[in-house]
Amino acid sequence: MDSLDLLLGGLGDALTPTNLMWAAVGVLLGTFVGVLPGIGPAMAVALLLPVTFGLEPTQAFIMFAGIYYGGMYGGSTTSILLNTPGESSSVMTAIEGNKMAKRGRAAQALATAAIGSFIAGTIGTLLVVFFAPALADVAVKIGAPSYFAIMLLAIVLVTAVLGSSKLRGFIALFMGLTIGLVGLDLSTGQPRLNFGQSLLADRIDIVIVAVGIFALGEALWVAAHLRTSPLQVIPSGRPWLDKDDWRRSWKPWLRGTALGFPFGAIPAGGAETPTFLSYIVERKLAGKDSEFGQGAIEGVAGPEAANNASAAGTFVPLLALGLPVTATASIMLAALQGYGIQPGPQLMSSQPDLVWTLLASLLIGNTLLLVLNLPLAPLWARLLRTPRPYLYAGILFFASLGAYTVNQRPFDLFLLLVFGLVGFAMRRFGLPVLPLILGVILGPLMETKMREALSISDGDVSALVSEPLAVVVYVIIVVALLVTVFSRFFRRPVAADVDGTSGS
Amino acid sequence: MSHDTTPRTDDGKRAGGADKAQYGLAVVVALVGAYTIYDATTLTVGFADPVGPRVFPYVIGTVMVVLAVLLAVATARGDRPEAEEGEDVDLTTPPDWPTVLKLLAVFVLNIVFIDSLGWPVTGAVLFAGCTWALGSRTLVKDVLIGIVLSVASWYFFYVALDIPLTPGVLEGIL
Repeated sequence: MDSLDLLLGGLGDALTPTNLMWAAVGVLLGTFVGVLPGIGPAMAVALLLPVTFGLEPTQAFIMFAGIYYGGMYGGSTTSILLNTPGESSSVMTAIEGNKMAKRGRAAQALATAAIGSFIAGTIGTLLVVFFAPALADVAVKIGAPSYFAIMLLAIVLVTAVLGSSKLRGFIALFMGLTIGLVGLDLSTGQPRLNFGQSLLADRIDIVIVAVGIFALGEALWVAAHLRTSPLQVIPSGRPWLDKDDWRRSWKPWLRGTALGFPFGAIPAGGAETPTFLSYIVERKLAGKDSEFGQGAIEGVAGPEAANNASAAGTFVPLLALGLPVTATASIMLAALQGYGIQPGPQLMSSQPDLVWTLLASLLIGNTLLLVLNLPLAPLWARLLRTPRPYLYAGILFFASLGAYTVNQRPFDLFLLLVFGLVGFAMRRFGLPVLPLILGVILGPLMETKMREALSISDGDVSALVSEPLAVVVYVIIVVALLVTVFSRFFRRPVAADVDGTSGS
Repeated sequence: MSHDTTPRTDDGKRAGGADKAQYGLAVVVALVGAYTIYDATTLTVGFADPVGPRVFPYVIGTVMVVLAVLLAVATARGDRPEAEEGEDVDLTTPPDWPTVLKLLAVFVLNIVFIDSLGWPVTGAVLFAGCTWALGSRTLVKDVLIGIVLSVASWYFFYVALDIPLTPGVLEGIL
C-alpha cells in the first residue's frame, strides 16, 4: 500500500485552488483544440505544450494532464458527431456512435463516451500506480543490451504490425531515424547532418517536428483538398444517460478497460487493436438481436473505455522505462524532458514527488474533464461548425506561435515549415506518421544504449545478446515479424479494418 | 484510416498505371540516405569508442537507399499510396495548388519579419493572410480577429506565463 500513500501525498500537493484553475484551463484548452476537426490528441498536446513551459513543474503537469484528457475527449466528440474519426483509435467509436447520433441519441453517445473514458482513465491510472514502480524495480536491473532490444521491439511492432503498408511504415521510420541523427553526436560532440549550420547543432526539438508534421502538414493537406460541400454536423443536447443506458454501459466500460490497459502497457503501441477487439467482443456478446449496426450504446462504451485505458497504460513503459509507444506518449516524453525530468527506471526513486504529482494530476484532470465537459458538450458541438478558413488559419497561427515560443528564433519557424512540407508529402504518399515520430524519439536513445553496450564489451557485437532478456526480446521480434508476414495470407479482411497508424 | 479502399490517385486520375510521383519520393529517400552515408564519412572516430558516431548513420543511410529501391520497384509494379482522408478532405478533386502556395507565402512572410516587426504584427498578418488564402473574403473582420488573437496571445505569454515574446515595432506600446 506504499504506492497508495505516495499517491495521496501527490494528490495533497496537487490539490490547491491555483492548480485546479490550471487544470480547468488545461481541460478547456485541450477539449477546444481536440474537438476541432482534423486535430487528434497527439496534435492537441503538441500544439498546447509550449503553453505549459512557463509554469512550475507541478502546475505544468496538472495543466498538461488536463490538456491530454481534454484532447482525447474532444477527439471522440468529433467522431460521434461527424462520423470522421480524428485518429485511428476513434474509428471504432465512430461506427456505432455516429449511428446513435443520427437516431437522435447523440447526447447518450457523448455521455457514455465521457463517463466510460472517466472510469477507464481512473482505473487505468490506478493500475499505473501499482505497475510502474514494480516495473521500474525490475527495469533498474536490466542493462543496455536489453534496453536496445526492447526499443527495437517497440519500433518494429509499431512499424510492421500496425498499418497497411509495411514498406511505407519502414520508410517513415527511417525518415524519423534520420531526423534523429541531426545535431551533435552525444558521445564525441561532432555535428552530424547539420549542413554546416550551427543552429542545427542542438538536436531538432520534437515539438517542432510534431507540430510541423501534425498541424502544418494537416493544414496544408486540407488546403489542397478542401471539401466544398460542408459535412453534416449532428446537434447535441446535454449528455445524459437513463437507467437502461447505465445498465447497458457499465459492463462494456469495464471490459473495455480490461482490454485496453494491457495493450497500452506493452510496447506494441496504440489503441487500434484493443478498441477493435472491444468492439468485436461487445458485438458478439450482444447477440444477433442487438442494436449493433443501428447505433448500439455498447459499441461506444466499450471502445471508448478501451481507448482511454490503453492511453493510461502507455504511462507504464513511459515512466518506468522512458519508452514512448504512441505519438501522444512521444510528445509527453518531450514534455517531461522539457520540465527537466528524464523518464526511466531511476525516475521513480530519484524524483518520486514529481512522479506522484504527475499521476495525481492525471486523476484530477480526468475528474475535471467529466465535471466540465458534460455540461459544455453542446458548446463544443457548435465548434464543429467553425468556418474552415478560420479553423485552418487558426491552426497555422497557433502552430507558429507554439514553435516560436520554444526558443524564440525564426529559424524554428523555418524548420516548422520544412516539417510541414514533409507532413504534406507523407499524407500524399500514404506514409504513416507514428513510425516517424517514434524514430525521432527512439533513434538517439537506441544509439546511446547500443554504444553503451558495445563500449563495455570493447566492440564485441555478441554483447548485444549477452543478457537473457535481450535474447527473449529478439525472439519475440522474429516471431512478431513472422506472424505479420503469414497473417497477410490468412486474415486480410480483418487487417484492413484495423489498419491506419496515423496519429493526426 | 481509409474508409474507401478503391485505389485512386491524389490527382483524381483513374486507377491503373503507375503513380509517377512516387518515383520522386523514391529519389528523395535515396538522396537523403546517400547524403547521410556521405556525412558519416566526414566524422572522426575516437580511440576509446569502439562503435563511434559513424555506425548508426551508415546503417540508417543504407536502409534508406534500399527502401527507396523497393519503393521504386513497388511503384513500377503498380503499387499506389492510400492518400490520407479526413473530415475536411475531398480526394476526388485535383489538389488546389494556388491555395497551398498562397499559404506558404504568408508563412514565409511571418518567418522573415517576426524578429523585426514582432509577433503581435506578424501573427495578425499570418492569421488574416491564411483566412484570405483559404477563401475568406471578409478582410476587415479577419484582420481584426488576427490582431485580437496575436495581441491576446502576446499578453497571455507575457502576463500569465512570464515569457516575453518579441514585441518588435510595438516595443513600449504593449
